[in-house]
Amino acid sequence: MHFGLEHYLILSAVMFSIGLYGALAKRNAVAILMCIEIMLNAVNIALVAFSRYLVPNAVLLTGQVFAIFIITVAAAEAAVGLAIIIAIYRSRQSVDVEQADLMKG
Amino acid sequence: MIELAFWILALIVVGTAAAVVLLRDIFRAALLLILCFFTVAGIYITLNADFLAAVQVLIYAGAIGVLLIFAIMLTRNLKEGNPFNRLKLPALIVALLFLATVIGVVVSTNWATVTGVSQAVEMPVDQPTTGYIATALFDQSKGFVLPFEIASVLLLAALIGAIVLVKDRS
Repeated sequence: MHFGLEHYLILSAVMFSIGLYGALAKRNAVAILMCIEIMLNAVNIALVAFSRYLVPNAVLLTGQVFAIFIITVAAAEAAVGLAIIIAIYRSRQSVDVEQADLMKG
Repeated sequence: MIELAFWILALIVVGTAAAVVLLRDIFRAALLLILCFFTVAGIYITLNADFLAAVQVLIYAGAIGVLLIFAIMLTRNLKEGNPFNRLKLPALIVALLFLATVIGVVVSTNWATVTGVSQAVEMPVDQPTTGYIATALFDQSKGFVLPFEIASVLLLAALIGAIVLVKDRS
């Protein structure tokens, strides 16, 4: 296969799947947040690869602009997510998501 | 040249990402995650996205990495480490099914047929991207000025929200 868009998209898919597996299978809330960051990075790689390879001999910058917005939202998400984790740890002395079942019916 | 760089970087990205999921020690997992972020910046460079590579190093490897290590230090439970929950096997099956689906779609799609993108800002290959990204973000007719302003409000809300959440109520 000719080197190009497909390679980056498959790398992005592999990275996203690793992140998905970790986000579903981990018990530590910080580890889950780390896996979500891996997933967001995978999506960014796909967007930047599209911006580079969809138009021959040029770079289409809309994909990179989208990636910048994703990085912004990821930074906000990390800050609020870690604040929530620290608040949970303060009230329950644990960051195990299986023990954070206060809203379970 | 770019192909070789891509393969090396891709190997490191996948290896460190897998290590983040599989390692028992969450502190080492966080350090490898920062290495993963750095390597993703390298992948952006192979895609001619120099500005995004710099942003990736500053925000992901710098800010988010430090924030994650900070949170691990504050909440670390040494005897528990970083275990899997009881969904280990179903999650693996779901992730592998997702991976197979996406790879199938990527391989079977003919990407060369995409046309009709003349509305967007383009730039020639092998140029610094910063100025062109400014045009793409702030252009009067085809820019992203309103999303940019909304993103700044979102950052302010996240800032205030994080402070309110960790404030000691007693």
